[in-house]
Formats: sequence, structure tokens, C-alpha cells
Amino acid sequence: MTYGPHTPGDRQRMLGALGLDSVDGLFSDIPSAVRAKGLGLPSGLDELSLARHLEGLSRRNRVDLVSFLGAGAYRHHIPATVDQILSRGEFYTAYTPYQPEISQGTLQTIYEYQSLIAELTGLDVVSASHYDGAAATAEAALMTIRQTRRDRVLVSRAVHRHFVDTTRTYFEGGRLELDELPTLADGTTDLAALEHELASTERPVAGVILGQPNAFGVLEPMAQAARLAHAAGALFVAVVEPVSLAVLAPPGEYGADIAVGEGQPLGIPLQYGGPYLGLLAARSDLVRQVPGRLVGRTTDVDGRRAYVMTLRAREQDIRRDKAASNICTNQALCALAATVYVATLGPHGLRDVAAGGAARAKQLEDALASIGVQRAHSAPYLNEFAVRVPGAAKVHAALVERGYVAGLPLADWYPDDPGLKDALLLAATEVTTDDDINGFTATLREVLA
Amino acid sequence: MQVPDDLRYTPDHEWLRVEGDEAVFGITAYAADQLGDVVFVELPAPGASLEAAQSFGVIESVKTASDLYAPAAGEVVAVNEALGEKPELVNDDPYGDGWMVRIKLADAAAAKADGDRLMDADAYRKIVEAG
Amino acid sequence: MTVVLEPHSSQSAEAELGPKRVVGAGLQKTLNELSRPGRATAKVPHPPVDALDRIPAGQRRAEPVGLPELNEPEVIRHFVNLSQLNYSVDTGFYPLGSCTMKYNPKINEWVARLPGYAALHPLAPDAVAQGSLELLWNLEQWLMEISGMKAVTLQPAAGAQGELTGILMIRAYHQSRGDTERVEVIVPDSSHGTNPATASMAGFKTVTVRSTAEGQIDLDALRGALGPRTAAVMLTNPSTLGLFEQRIEEVLEAVHAAGALAYMDGANMNAILGKFKPGEAGFDVMHFNTHKTFSTPHGGGGPGAGPVAVGDKLAPFLPWPRVIREGEAFRLERAAERPSSIGRVRSYQGSVGVLVRAYAYLLAHGGPGLVGVSEDAVLNANYLRKRLADTFEMPFDQVSKHEFVASATQIKKRTGVRMLDIAKRLIDYGFHPPTIYFPLTVDECMLVEPTETESVETLDAFADALIQIVAEAQSEPELLHDAPHDSPVRRLDEATAARQPDLRWQPMTGVEPVCPQ
Repeated sequence: MTYGPHTPGDRQRMLGALGLDSVDGLFSDIPSAVRAKGLGLPSGLDELSLARHLEGLSRRNRVDLVSFLGAGAYRHHIPATVDQILSRGEFYTAYTPYQPEISQGTLQTIYEYQSLIAELTGLDVVSASHYDGAAATAEAALMTIRQTRRDRVLVSRAVHRHFVDTTRTYFEGGRLELDELPTLADGTTDLAALEHELASTERPVAGVILGQPNAFGVLEPMAQAARLAHAAGALFVAVVEPVSLAVLAPPGEYGADIAVGEGQPLGIPLQYGGPYLGLLAARSDLVRQVPGRLVGRTTDVDGRRAYVMTLRAREQDIRRDKAASNICTNQALCALAATVYVATLGPHGLRDVAAGGAARAKQLEDALASIGVQRAHSAPYLNEFAVRVPGAAKVHAALVERGYVAGLPLADWYPDDPGLKDALLLAATEVTTDDDINGFTATLREVLA
Repeated sequence: MQVPDDLRYTPDHEWLRVEGDEAVFGITAYAADQLGDVVFVELPAPGASLEAAQSFGVIESVKTASDLYAPAAGEVVAVNEALGEKPELVNDDPYGDGWMVRIKLADAAAAKADGDRLMDADAYRKIVEAG
Repeated sequence: MTVVLEPHSSQSAEAELGPKRVVGAGLQKTLNELSRPGRATAKVPHPPVDALDRIPAGQRRAEPVGLPELNEPEVIRHFVNLSQLNYSVDTGFYPLGSCTMKYNPKINEWVARLPGYAALHPLAPDAVAQGSLELLWNLEQWLMEISGMKAVTLQPAAGAQGELTGILMIRAYHQSRGDTERVEVIVPDSSHGTNPATASMAGFKTVTVRSTAEGQIDLDALRGALGPRTAAVMLTNPSTLGLFEQRIEEVLEAVHAAGALAYMDGANMNAILGKFKPGEAGFDVMHFNTHKTFSTPHGGGGPGAGPVAVGDKLAPFLPWPRVIREGEAFRLERAAERPSSIGRVRSYQGSVGVLVRAYAYLLAHGGPGLVGVSEDAVLNANYLRKRLADTFEMPFDQVSKHEFVASATQIKKRTGVRMLDIAKRLIDYGFHPPTIYFPLTVDECMLVEPTETESVETLDAFADALIQIVAEAQSEPELLHDAPHDSPVRRLDEATAARQPDLRWQPMTGVEPVCPQ
């Protein structure tokens, strides 16, 4: 099945206009020694066969299990409005809005997105989005380096592992230093260690990165960490989960210079990893360090309100090797999903989502405590926490057999940490039910016995 | 295109006005016109020392960005802070309110002599006319 | 609620010329202007009131977040009306060179939304993710065959991230051989801006070599630039001028003779499917842009996916985790299994939802269909080029691939009308303008890419419009200077937008809501 419109007659007529009798004449510029002889791939499928085949394959994914997986990607109820709007061809089949006269739809939605994320984070400049939370974290780390002209960043080991790993990869090229900060037994970052590292005069620190909530689900002393960073002339970067910002203090309030995060919880399906939405917000005086697209409001020649991509001369297509980043695309459609999601829920709805997850998580903690399964950390959490279960990996596998995904075995992320060898990271959201919690608790008790 | 006779010029379209052992510089009207609407000028910090032909900053218009090159060597005495709020001064008055940097010249004589880079208004006009 | 902020009259001249309104609704208020306290449509249950008591007050939000309050019908009307301010492939011809605005098949959207794919958690145990793992593994096999390469990573989130992945692998390769003096990456002057930006980001210095008047890379200049400091040469082939690099064998030989590796920017792979396999020709690494070659939607600027294919030399350095096949079962690789990996370039497994769409596109076409895609894309470009050859200058006198460059230098000299004006006037005729002023190496240029999904009738209508516009440039140039006339907004004040950036609406948090009117 192909989507081309040409009949054999059309092709003949067009080739005739070009003075050719076969399409081969259009490829005579490829030297014969390197000209390929077609593709060793099967024939195409009609739509029915294609649908059957891919639906069959999709059934080999087990999405019917009761899951307590989170670790940066969360299952939420996505209002039906979101996919209705995302399915508008005018949005998803448009290109980057380089012609503002006929792209006001995309441009205004990005401006609305920037405004909503600014409200949630308490920071005024929001990029039109990055690939995902990992790329946004790496870009924020690079921002701190450009701004301070120092070349060392400190990141808590309790920031999402993939974000830390990705930042490390991005740092490879520039020969920059990324050092990890230890955590305390309660699950929070060791601020004494932070203070010690910041005191180094030989290796001055450009930025400090902590998660809120962190990778263990617990809440960090962000205001204190920000004060320590600032006292040493470093910038403070908060890695946040956007739904939580409906109930937690906004980064702009506790002194974060930059906030980044994974925007997936805002109305984007899990999709086995993407496409997601890299959130990046910054203080307004850092605007020129913010990589990627920005949309601004202005007027047209008739004085009408209009939106346009602005501060374009920072970007790679103009600055080339002097650009702050090579980022070209943004996640416009995912940003649209987030915008529709937040607009549909409103402030009270978003708060209900965040508080609902917190309530379900507490219910889960209490149920597990009733069978003797305790938290691994003592600091307060929002909707995700780790528990200790002897033989966690085996228990996890046994539960999958019985229809439950017992979150993430933290040993997958911290293989060298004996303290986390038996830890399972469990998340609850507003979609978690009484049956999920009771069934999971009862099944876990069976497995442990 | 305006090319005042009393200034010195570089092939990169910067102008230089020598005032005793100091000098002021900016970009020419031709350069400002080629850039279009200037939206941002990044300037060095006072105290910085510049080499001749060294890139000392960046100028951005709506659709392009260019490096700025020092016409002569010296230490930065002052920069035009007004460009932070009103970068359009570069378009409106490139030889006046749109000035960029004042330096204490490392070699005042060299700044007055025709060399590899510095030239007088007539020589610069020929460059502009050649496009 | 549709709010036309200001009425605007259409110009009288337009009726005769036949321009048409391309996008519909009037301008829209912002969500915060539409907001009314208390409006909402309940979507999730209210949790118990004490749900947050256990969180220390200092870590909680002190005052409620100031988000707009609307009910569902208002939300839908707002965004549907906004959508109608957009031009899109689904509404018309979009010949944006270098961007490949081909039709996005609807079955791909349906497939990606199947719950088995859409609801799968990225950290789901391998045992419950066999469908997606198999799909990803199969997709890698298809991309290996298409590229002629030996291994593929699907992790990069976009073409530019694919470039970074490729260049970081090249860096790791040289370092693994103790070859630490290679600090330069060579790019041609016609390259995409992402190429030099990527090289900088990966810690390399960019060296630019010029193109010849024929639009080919200057082999002598390339040889002069190559040396023991060269880590890689990044080439787009076909080039951004829409031309195949005809001396590609000599180029690759020279690159490898210097001990450097050859990177192919696969942005234009849609022109040469089954006609040229970069890996077989001798490239060491390339990236795909799934939105250009395999029809995944552009989405108004993303999301994309940028799979990277490599030959044997670079395979050890691929990002982890890769998908491993063991008999009939699939699993994700563990970090310790490939210690030489450059590491992760993003979270989880990549833009899997985009990759599902790309795979559906590949299966629908099959091998012969994909070859046909390139043949029709190239046929359409050459046909359109021929139709416009008497109207614009065609700086390169040879068959083009999927796109071609045309220049308005003479038209500008004759009439004062620039390519920008011609492009804006096309909007009045109901077409999206082509890419203009790129590549940077041709003055007053446009880069036209019709794609294979456009009919000969559409191509003819577009050519007729351009011919008529050039006639207008002669007779009524002011019509072009002021264009577009009937779009939702007209030319914008971009200078003020950049000088006094207004990047968000007025804060709502902590501010008494102000209701307009």
C-alpha cells in the first residue's frame, strides 16, 4: 500500500515532459558502483492486513497487569479532550511555525504552554520544550556552565538515573565534570556533602541539581540546597514532576534558577518511553541561555495580536557552530497535549490529581505496613516511595507472574548500593484503586510466605 | 549610505573614532542596514583587554547573528549600556547614540595609521560600493 | 467563543487573481482571558481532604496555583478554533524544502494509539513488553537493510540528537584507539545548521569547506582540509541543494585515507531508498529523520525520532540499552553488557510512539513500495522544476533529487521583489511557501520539495500560481511587498518581539484575576 496519487498515465506524461522514458533517468547521477539494486524487504501490506498484524503484535504487550511503576513516568487519567485535539490534522500535520501568518494555532498554543508551565514553576521563561526530562536536565546543566563560566556540576545521586546518565553523555564532548552527591539514610541528599563540595576553590561549581520529589520519591530540602548553591556562586536546578507542582512549593519560590522535568504526566500516554516532553523553565535574566525555541507575543502590521518564534538568532540554524545547543525540534504536539490537559483539569482538577496520588500512596504504605513491609526511607514523600522486601528481584518476578508489577527494583538503577539491594520503588496515582492495593498486598503476602 | 569622513573603518564594517589616547567604536550604517532590525548586542565588560581584530561580542538582528571585531587593541573603558534596553539605537544612529565600546588605545599611533585593517572613509566607501 | 479582535477587509485586487482564504477562524483570546473562577468540568475524583497533611508545610504550595478555569466545551472550542489558524498537510500543499511535508497516513495514528503500545510503561519488565521489543527489533532490521549498515540504535529523540549520538560515537572510537589529536569536524558550507552546532556540542571545532559552482562538495578543498586533526566529515547526501554527491566514492576514500570517519546526515534519505545504501558505499554512520523519510507527523515542530545506523567500527559504542533477541524472546541490554557504549542519550527506549508509526509506514510500503516512494518524490521534484525553469533561475543544471533550488536574483534586479515577497504572496494563493534563504550558499533562493504524495494536478496548480505571482511582481510589485493579505494575521513585528520579549501571559498565581470586559 502506498499513498502516492500517480496513475501509470500520470507518470508517463510527467516523464515525457522531462524528455525521459523511464524513471531510471532520474537516478543516473548516482555512480553505478554505488547504486543499490533495490531493497531486500517483503512486499507491502494493505491496510486491513497491516492493522491485524500490528494489533496482534500489540497484544504481546501485557498492559492488563496492575502496575505500581512510576520512576519518572506515571499513568494518569487522560481526559478525552486531549486526544480529540491532538487528532486535529491542522495541529499534527503542520510543520514548525516558520510562517507565522498561517501558523498562529501552533504559535498561540506554545505561548499558552509557556504560560501554564510558568505558573506551575514560578519561573518566567519557559522553552517551547525539549525532547524529554533527561535532555532538559542535560541542557540545564550546560546552561549553568555557560552562565557561570565554570565547568563542574553537582547532581544528587537521587535524581532520575536516566537524567544523570544522559547528562553525563552530553558532558563527554565538552570535557565537563559531573559529580554525584550522596544521600542520607532518610532518602534525602546529603547537604553537608554538598556544602563540602561547594567549598572547593580549585573546582568551582557551576550548578547544583536536585530532584523534587527525588528518585526515591522523597521530598528534598530544596530551599536549603538552593541557598548553599547561591552562596557559592552556583546556580540551582530543580528536577520536578509537573503534576506535583499543583500542591508542592514552586521552584521559583524556593530559589531555583532553572526548573526542568519530564512533562509526560501532563496528558501524555506512557508509550514505552516516548515521545515525551522536556520541561525547562528559568529566571527571566537567563533568557539568552535558554536553548531551543521560544514563542513571543507581538503585533502584526495591522496592530493585531500575533505570536511568533522569537530570539531566533540564538538557534543552530543561524548561529551554527556558535549556537548554545544543536536542538532543532521541540515536542510541540506533546506540549499541546500538556496544554489541553491542564486547561481541561484547571487548578482544582490538577490539585485533585496530585492529592489523589498522595492519598492512594499513603493508603498503599499503610496496607503494606499491615503485612510487615516497611519503607526504605523515612523522609516525607508525595505519591511514590521505596519499600524493603527480602529477595526483591525474585519477589518482583513472582508478582509479575501473578498479575502485578511491583514497581521498579532500585537495584536496577543502583546495582552497587547494598542499601538498595532489596528496595522496590512503588508509585500510586489517582487511577490506583482499592482493589489494586488490596489485591497487591494480599498477593505480596502470599509470595513472601 | 552615510560614511562620515572623520572616522576610521575596518573591512568588517566597524568604525573607530580616535579621541586622544582613547577611541570609540561601533558598526557602520551599512552594516546596520545589512543586519536589519538589531535586537541584541553583547558587549565586553569594562576592564577587558581587546586585541585588534579579536571578536569582542555579538550582534543579533531578527534573523541573523554576527560576531563583532575590535578595530584596534586596547582596554575597555566603557560600553554603551543604553544598547541593553534599546538595541535599535544601532539602526537609528550607528555613529552616535549607537556607539558600542570606548577603549584606552594600546597604541594610539597605530590607530591613526592605515594598516592591514584600518582605512579612511574613501577606502571604506569603495568596499561598500563593491557590495 | 470565537473572538475576532479586529475586522480586516480584503484587498479588492484579490478577487480577480483568485487567492483564497487558507485558514479559517478569527484570532483567539488566551486561556487566562477566557478563565472564570469556579468554571470546571470534573475529571477525577476528589481525594480525601487530609491527603496532604503529612507533607511538611514548608514543602507545600502556600497559595493555590493560578491556572485558568474553563469548562470542557470552552476548552474544545478554544483549541479547535486555534487549529483552524494553522496551515497543514491535511489542508493543503506544503512544499517546504528540506522538511519533507508528505502525507501522514491515518492508519499509523490508529496503530500508535492501540492500548498495547500506548499504555505500556517504559520500565515494564521485558516479559510484559515482548510486543514492543519485537517491533523495535524488527524496525532495526528494516533500517539496517535500508541503510546498508550493521547495527541501529532507536534511542535518539530527533535528528539533531541522532547527530550528537553519531559524533560522540566517533569521538569514542578515536579515543579507544588512542587517537586523541582529532579535534576537527568538517562540514560543507551548504550543511544544515545542526551539523556544526552538533560538532561544537560534542567538543569539536568545525571546519567549513565550500561547494563548487555545480553544487557539489569541492574535493580539492576537502582534501586540503583533511588531516590528522580530522575526526569526521559530515555530509548530507543528497545535499541540501537536492543534488546527489556524484564524486561520493572519491570523497569517502579521501576521508578514510586521512583516518577520519564519514557521517551521513540522512535528512534526505527519502530520495534514495533502494537506490543508494550509505553503509555499502562506505559511510560509517548515519541518522534517519523518521518525520522526513517515514511519514511520522511533524506535529507543529515535533516530536520526532532520529535512529542512528552504524557500521562495524562504531557498533561497540552505540548507546545502551539495545534490544537483544534471544531465540524467540526479546530483552533490553544491561549496562554492563557493553562497557564501551557512549551511554544514554535520553531516558527509556526513545520515542517509541513515533517509531511505531514509522514501522507501520515501512510495513505498508514494503521494499518495492519504498523504492517507489523515492522514485515518485524525485519525479515530482523534477517535473515541478521543469515547469518553473522559464520563470526562475535554476542555479544547478542537472537532474535534482527530491527537492530543487530556484533563485529570484534576476526577478529582484528587475522588479525589486525579493523571494520573501514571492513566498508570502503564495499564502494568498492557498499554498504554504517553500523554504526560503536556505541553503545559505544561493542568493534569493527557495528550496522546493513537493514529496511523493502530491498529484500532478497539485504540482501544476502550484507552478501556475508562482508564474502568475512573478507576473504580478512586474505589474503590481506592491501587492507582493504587502503579502499576505488574507491570512489570520499579516506580517509581524518581529523586532519588538525580540527586543521586549513577551513570553507568557501575566502571572495568575497570587494576582487577583482580572476578567476582560
